[in-house]
Order: sequence, then C-alpha cells, then structure tokens
Amino acid sequence: MLAWAVIRPRGWPEAVAAGPAAVILIAVGAISAGDAGAVARRLGPVIGFLIAILVLAHLCDDDGLFRACGTWLARSAAGRPRRLLALVFVTAAVTTATLSLDTTVVLLTPVVFATSARLDLRARPHVYACTHLANSASLLLPVSNLTNLLAFAASGLAFGRFAALMALPWLAVIGVEYAVFGRFFASDLSPGPRTRPDAGNGDARMPLFTVAVVGLTLAGFVVASAAGVSPAWAALAGAAVLAVRALARRRTTPLSLLQAADLPFAVFVLGLGIVVAAVVGNGLGTALRPLLPAGTSLPALLAIAALAAVLANVCNNLPAVLVLLPLAAPSGAGAVLAVLLGVNIGPNLTYTGSLATLLWRRTLRHHGSAPDLAEFTRLGLLTVPAGLVLAVLALWAGLRVMGG
Amino acid sequence: MTDSDTTVRSVYIWVREGTWRASVDAALSLAPAPARFTLLHVTSPAAADAAYGAYRGLLGRVGRDPGERVEALASASAADLVEAAARRLGSECERLEIQDDTERAVVAASADADLLIVARDGDRSRLGPRSLGKATRFVVDHAACPVLLVWPEAAPDVGTIPPPPHHLDHRGR
Repeated sequence: MLAWAVIRPRGWPEAVAAGPAAVILIAVGAISAGDAGAVARRLGPVIGFLIAILVLAHLCDDDGLFRACGTWLARSAAGRPRRLLALVFVTAAVTTATLSLDTTVVLLTPVVFATSARLDLRARPHVYACTHLANSASLLLPVSNLTNLLAFAASGLAFGRFAALMALPWLAVIGVEYAVFGRFFASDLSPGPRTRPDAGNGDARMPLFTVAVVGLTLAGFVVASAAGVSPAWAALAGAAVLAVRALARRRTTPLSLLQAADLPFAVFVLGLGIVVAAVVGNGLGTALRPLLPAGTSLPALLAIAALAAVLANVCNNLPAVLVLLPLAAPSGAGAVLAVLLGVNIGPNLTYTGSLATLLWRRTLRHHGSAPDLAEFTRLGLLTVPAGLVLAVLALWAGLRVMGG
Repeated sequence: MTDSDTTVRSVYIWVREGTWRASVDAALSLAPAPARFTLLHVTSPAAADAAYGAYRGLLGRVGRDPGERVEALASASAADLVEAAARRLGSECERLEIQDDTERAVVAASADADLLIVARDGDRSRLGPRSLGKATRFVVDHAACPVLLVWPEAAPDVGTIPPPPHHLDHRGR
C-alpha cells in the first residue's frame, strides 16, 4: 500500500491520477477525512495564489509582453551571441522571479528561440538558459515557484523578508549558471561574421500599461504582506485589472482565462498534497526525520539542501517539498529556505527535473531520436552542485546578518 | 581508373546559423561548373527537447507545451535559412532538411557526395583544438567524402601564427 502510494502518484503527472488516488487513500483510511480537509484548507489559498499568477502571466502574453521582450532582445543583442546570452539571463531571471517559472518555460522559451533564429545565431545556449533559470532563478520571491508558495506559507515569513533572505542565493546561483554557460557553450557563442540582422521585422512595442500593472502587483505583495493581508489578494487584483481591460477590448474571452487558470492542475496539486500527507503519515516521515538535521548551522543547512535536491531528483520537486516542509518547519525559516534551495536548484541535474518523469515520459516523446541526455546531465553536474553550495553559503550569511 | 572518377559532380553545402553565407560563397567561387549543389541543414532536436523536458518537469500542468512551439519554430527557421541560402546560391539546387543529431546526420547525408563544404565555427580567437565546434570537429574527422573547410570571415594572415615555443630556440638544428 505504501509502496503503491510512493511510486504511482508521483510518476503520474495528471490530475486524473492524483485526484482518485487521494480519494482512495481517504477511503481506505490511510489518511483521515479530517486530516485531508486540513491539507485542503492549507493548500487552497496557495493554489488560488498560483492561479492568479498564471492568469496574470497569460494576460501579459496576450498583451504582447513577451513578443516585445523578443524585439528588445533582438535589438539590444545586436547580433552578438554572448550579449544575447547575458540579456536572456536577465530576462529569464526577472520573468521567473516575478511571473513564476511556468511563464519562463511556457511563454518565454519559444520567444527566445525565435529571437536567436531571427538573429541567425544558434539557439541551444539561450534555450537551455531559459530552462535552467526557470528552476534556479525561481528562488527570489514567494510567487516565483509553487514550491516557494508552499514554503512561504509554512515559514511564516513576510513577503519582503523572504525576498531579502533569498536575494543573495538567487544572485549567487545565477552567477554560477552564467559562468558555466559561458564556458560550456563557448563554441556556440563564438561571434560569427558581422551581418546586419533584419531588425525592424515584426517589431512589437512594450505594453507599458501591463508592465506597470505587474510592477504595482509586485509592490502590492510587499505592502499587503507587511500589513498582514495575504499577498494573494494583490495577485488577484493585478490579474483582475488586466482581465477586465482585456475583456473590454475583446482581446480575450472568459473561456481563454479559464484555460489559463489551469484548474486540472489545481486538482492535481490538491490530490498530490493529500497523497503525500498520507505517505508521510504512514512511515515516510519517520524514515526521513533522522536524515534531516535540526537547526540552521551551515552544515545543517547544507545537508538539508542536499537531501531536498536528491529527493527532488528522485521524484519531483513538488512532492519533495510537500514531504520535507513539515519536517523542516520546526527548525525555523532558515531550514525551510534551505529546503527550497534544494528543490528549486536540484531539478536542473536531470533533464525533466526528476528521474520519475524522465522514465515515465520518455516513451511519450513526439520525435524519434533520444534526447542528448549526456550533454544535459553534464551541464547539470557543472551547475547544480556548485550553485547549491554557493546558494546555501549565501543563505547562511544572510541569516547571520539579518537574523533567522 | 580514369580521371573522371575524381570529377566533383555532387557538392554538399552544410548551412548553419551564422556561417551559411561563407559556405555558399565558397561553393560559388570554388566548385567546378558542372557540379550539382545540395543545401544540407540539420536541426538538432536539443532545443525542442530542452523545452519538452522543462515542461515535463512542471508536474501536472495542462496547456500549451512549449516543446511543440519550439519544434514548429525550429522547422520554420530552418526552412527560412535554406531558402536564404538558395537565393544566395542563385542556381538550381537540392534542399535537404533533416531533424536529427547534427554531426551524425551530416556525415550520413554526405556519404555519397564528392565534396562537403563546411564553415569553421568555434572559438576562432585562439586557434587550436577548440577552434572547431564539437559537431564540426566530428564531421571533419568522420566524413566519408572530401571536406572543404572554409573561414566564415577572411582567413587570418600567416603572421598571426604565434612563434614556436621558446625552448626550441636553444636546440641545435
């Protein structure tokens, strides 16, 4: 029963698996209905927050924000591959931090590919930068990653304090990624002969109103959190402003907004939360507790982050964070943030962020040849351990200066 | 054996982002008149795979898969690139667009060619083992036909070659 619960639901990324699995677990008594209800009450606001961010990002895309990013990238890079890489790093890091990793993966990555193709440059370093930074640059804000939202709820930190403690680790990891990428892709990034790229073709203007709303939403997170109000309301307000404007201008439809909200995903997260709570309650918690050191000393933080990274790679970072948060929370905010470093940076080690999804999904690929796993894994081995260690050091230093 | 065996009839031009102009120009200026040209472009699935993989990593999402969009963009941009190369070539030519592991696909596709034109890539600021990119290096090593390796820009002057290491000066020759 336990083995079934550990292996199956984590290998199944669909809501259709996680929902019934949760129901079955409640039915067989692996978790009481009361406990499941408590999990749902805890996860509900977090999932609502995430949905607001997803809709906000979708409306930004509808308003041409990412097309405008592509135009800006193409113009500023001026045909120079290394400059494009630096600009992609900035764009992907900011996009991930403010509009979540989903946005970088789903909306920014294709734009970056199109931009590098338009500049007659090789796309690989820039696309890989997007997928890597979607994970590793998702440390900064609670809204950057669903794992952060979960940890933010568990840590009891204010929005601004979370960002202040994670700023240094965020910069450290991006620095490691940039240094490694520059060497790893040296031949792809060597400048070609100077040619005039066809700028001016399909230029998109930056949608200033949308950018302003996103900026105000971010400010709203900090203000709301400081005032003791859930920052989710700020996200909802930002999404509502853009939604009303887009609906009034007939740029979007209610159905399109509903699709952007990705409700099956909400069901999935809820189901997964209940399944994980059942698994933790039925032995996994007792098995893992001795492995997780108490306290927030540097060795303890390193061990917590390493364990989180391993667990994220074995299953996926979402179940990993759900398993580890209740174990780390008693040691304080520092331990919770160390878990986040592990589950956010760790997934870059494997191609799909986890062995389970890799094995499961490998057969579902669209085209024939196997992906270049060796190259992707080598890049992961160069960036993840170094990034993780530096990020933990930065977090530890931040905790010492600002107090845990 | 007669001389006609060495006549260059089929010339493959490997076109890649950034360096395709030099390859086409080399074909125009160096290939003999009766040659038939084939523009060869290989799209590596690596970029689309990275996008597919990243989306898989986002457990449980339902919606647009960025891998599909990158794949569509990749085949569109490959077609554009080959079209631009064909226009620069100006004469009739075959077009071969392959989606596969780059270096092996180039070697396999050009196996029966009489000549394969390859442009240098890699770090050309320090000429040495790394001055050819990984795929180019593989093709130069493994191609089954003669390879013409051209500079994407003007070739550097002979004077740019660094002097031989110092200690050699003291040995008697």
